[in-house]
Amino acid sequence: MMNKMTKKTKSNLITYLIVIAAFVIVQAMVSTGHISSLFKGLLVPICVYVILALSLNLVVGISGELSLGHAGFMCVGAFASALFTKCTSDAITATPIRFTLAILIGAAMAALFGLLIGIPVLRLKGDYLAIVTLAFGEIIKNVVNAFYIGKDSHGFHFTMKDQFSLGMEPDGQVLLNGPQGITGVTKDSSFLIGVILILITLFIVLNLIDSRDGRAIQAIRDNRIAASTVGISITKYKLMAFTISAALAGAAGALYSHNLATLQASKFNFNTSILVLVFVVLGGIGNMRGSIIAAVLLTVLPELLRGLADLRMLIYAIILIVMMLFNWAPKALEWRERYLGRIFNKSAKEGK
Amino acid sequence: MSFLSYLINGISLGSVYAIIALGYTMVYGIAKMLNFAHGDVIMVGGYACLMLVLNLNANPFVAVLAAIVVCTVLGIVIESVAYRPLRNAASPLAVLITAIGVSYLLQNIVLLIFGSNPKSFQTVVPIPDLKLADGALTITGEAIATILCSVIIMIVLTLFINKTKAGQAMLAVAEDKGAAQLMGINVNGTIALTFAIGSGLAAVAGVLLCSSYPSLTPYTGSMPGIKAFVAAVFGGIGSIPGAMIGGILLGVIEILGKAYISSQLADAIVFAVLIIVLLVKPTGLLGKQIQEKV
Amino acid sequence: MAPMLETRNLGISFGGLRAVNEFNMKIEKGELYGLIGPNGAGKTTVFNLLTGVYKPSEGFILLDGEDITGKSTIEINKTGIARTFQNIRLFTQMTVLDNVKVGLHNNYKYSTLAGIFRTPAYRKTEKEMNERAMELLKVFDLDKEADALAKNLPYGKQRKLEIARAMATNPKLLLLDEPAAGMNPNETVELMDTIHFVRDHFDMTILLIEHDMKLVSGICEKLTVLNFGEVLCQGETAEVLKNPQVITAYLGE
Repeated sequence: MMNKMTKKTKSNLITYLIVIAAFVIVQAMVSTGHISSLFKGLLVPICVYVILALSLNLVVGISGELSLGHAGFMCVGAFASALFTKCTSDAITATPIRFTLAILIGAAMAALFGLLIGIPVLRLKGDYLAIVTLAFGEIIKNVVNAFYIGKDSHGFHFTMKDQFSLGMEPDGQVLLNGPQGITGVTKDSSFLIGVILILITLFIVLNLIDSRDGRAIQAIRDNRIAASTVGISITKYKLMAFTISAALAGAAGALYSHNLATLQASKFNFNTSILVLVFVVLGGIGNMRGSIIAAVLLTVLPELLRGLADLRMLIYAIILIVMMLFNWAPKALEWRERYLGRIFNKSAKEGK
Repeated sequence: MSFLSYLINGISLGSVYAIIALGYTMVYGIAKMLNFAHGDVIMVGGYACLMLVLNLNANPFVAVLAAIVVCTVLGIVIESVAYRPLRNAASPLAVLITAIGVSYLLQNIVLLIFGSNPKSFQTVVPIPDLKLADGALTITGEAIATILCSVIIMIVLTLFINKTKAGQAMLAVAEDKGAAQLMGINVNGTIALTFAIGSGLAAVAGVLLCSSYPSLTPYTGSMPGIKAFVAAVFGGIGSIPGAMIGGILLGVIEILGKAYISSQLADAIVFAVLIIVLLVKPTGLLGKQIQEKV
Repeated sequence: MAPMLETRNLGISFGGLRAVNEFNMKIEKGELYGLIGPNGAGKTTVFNLLTGVYKPSEGFILLDGEDITGKSTIEINKTGIARTFQNIRLFTQMTVLDNVKVGLHNNYKYSTLAGIFRTPAYRKTEKEMNERAMELLKVFDLDKEADALAKNLPYGKQRKLEIARAMATNPKLLLLDEPAAGMNPNETVELMDTIHFVRDHFDMTILLIEHDMKLVSGICEKLTVLNFGEVLCQGETAEVLKNPQVITAYLGE
């Protein structure tokens, strides 16, 4: 038993080390100029997607519910944190403090939405739950898209019509301009902060899984009825997983919004939610290390394929389908077992 | 008067959703999978029809038939190559993600062939617009055709499922694949047939959608695809009249929401109504309640 | 002293179908009690009523003198009823040890934050949980499989793990739904020993549903026979099994 504990801890440690090692290597390549500016621009988005994948895996892999609206929570976090930064950029001049607060506010707002949405949604099951999360994701996007916020000497103004309906004094400043979104958020995000956020996310998710609450969440996933007959509250723990996941997605949103010149709600659409789900499933449902690797590879892949110009997304689609078939089809697994298994075993033996 | 005309537009758009949703609901009922590529089959249907009319100067009727054939074949190919191998996969999410891959694939193939510029679609509906009340109310020929088509399709599908052997086989496979197999039903064939019908319907929907909203891009299908899925859930997934009712309600809510509340929030309203319906009736308007046996 | 379990005129209907009717039963503390009857007699329905999976249409359920009628599954477990299932319901993707630790959930507590930040409270409680869980696994001879995934256990051991998990919730009353189903004769004999041991070692009251007459006559002290949702006969095992009505119900005319 103790052996097992150390095995789990060891596996978690390796995951942390992989992240740190990747950071050190990339940082070294950046400082020696071995990385194109294009890839440099991808570093923060990669971190954003890794955090999103980890947080979604908490819902899909550990809690066992399919969520198709994860981009919605990211959207809440992105806009809440960006608004905070815009409002306080004069008051709080120390960037690290302000950005930390912005991330926390993004996470807290997303958690609040997660909680409010989770209460009704988690009563549903399976695909019905999935479609309602999709619906909430789209609603968040659409509402933020139609929202105008301005600030003048009298305070804040809100409307859902257009920016002129804000009714501000001439000194007023439009903060959130409907579909045009928010512009001029300071670029506080960096690769370092992204990696730190990944490590914090990993810490929270991995430790949660291996705790009393995490076991309750997994027990409900494996058998709802049995879990309730051993005295575990289904609603409480489903909600816990959903809310923590939303909070982490909100933090990812904050990282995302502080890396862009213009932040628009239309970015947080269904396709983004799906993209994150692809990372989770491809990396292995419930497998956190897999989520990280899949998120990195699939974010980098389109850039690697850039030389192929128009064929790029076509090849991406084919790779996705082939990898899914190769990883999941029972026949393919059998085939792998028979032919590749032998090779792996052989090399493993030789390795000794 | 304007309300009536919005209402008719809504019913017309809703009928398109209903036709797509019928395909969705059949495929879901039998394969238990969310086929995210369904919307893109609609788009392929639109392009197939348009190309035949533009390049070969085909008769619109022939073009529509050809589009149906193209999509039917496409549906069968997608099912057998991408979905069938994953039918017994350890997680139902595997086939969902593959469907997303197929969706990207279809979009990008079309993008490569036809480019991303919108193509203007030429209506294939030979019915003239109907002017009522001294021209105050116009019902377009497309609206009439769409509504008629959806009603006919629903009736034919219901008859097909209830009266034919193949239809009964579909019900059996939807209920229990293993038992159906033991009863001598060709499960693979039945599932393929379902995809074929669903995709054929998608072609019809594509042609009708593009006739009413004549701008066609490789991404034309994705939003109607999602909406139709919502419609299917709305009405109770697996239920044919449910898909019909769900589709039409969705179309009406969308158009009225656009007209009277806010065009930007129309989609949000549609989704909000879906959420309310599901919270009150967790398996949709006409869905069956399934109790887990302990 | 109040009996450990008492039901008074318990009844439930499903859409006009009377599944259980006028069900009265008394189980004293420490008894090994059997609930038998032909297929479809309503035995599992009684279990579902006792554990709050179904809410009774009429009647009362008293556990150790406390009215638990209409309470939720979770509350009923906290009050002291634990159960196993006819079709095994383990947490299949979790280890054997973790299955039992889930059973310990309400008896060992620390906060979510303590779990995430690995505070001393977390370490201390986890250590205690591990020790307690291993103790229980030893009782059921599962300690060597502690790290295996539950789904990889052989059938007989899965049944035992379900009992271990139920015992982990520290119940007053243990309900076993066909514990010997699917077991071979050797495994059944072993199971009888285990059930006896659990009763004696933990001073447990046990109610079990079973079809295996050898097991029933071997370990149950009292029986209730259910037929078409109604009590056919009740009393000492030997008496009940001699009752001609019971024999007819089982063997037909």
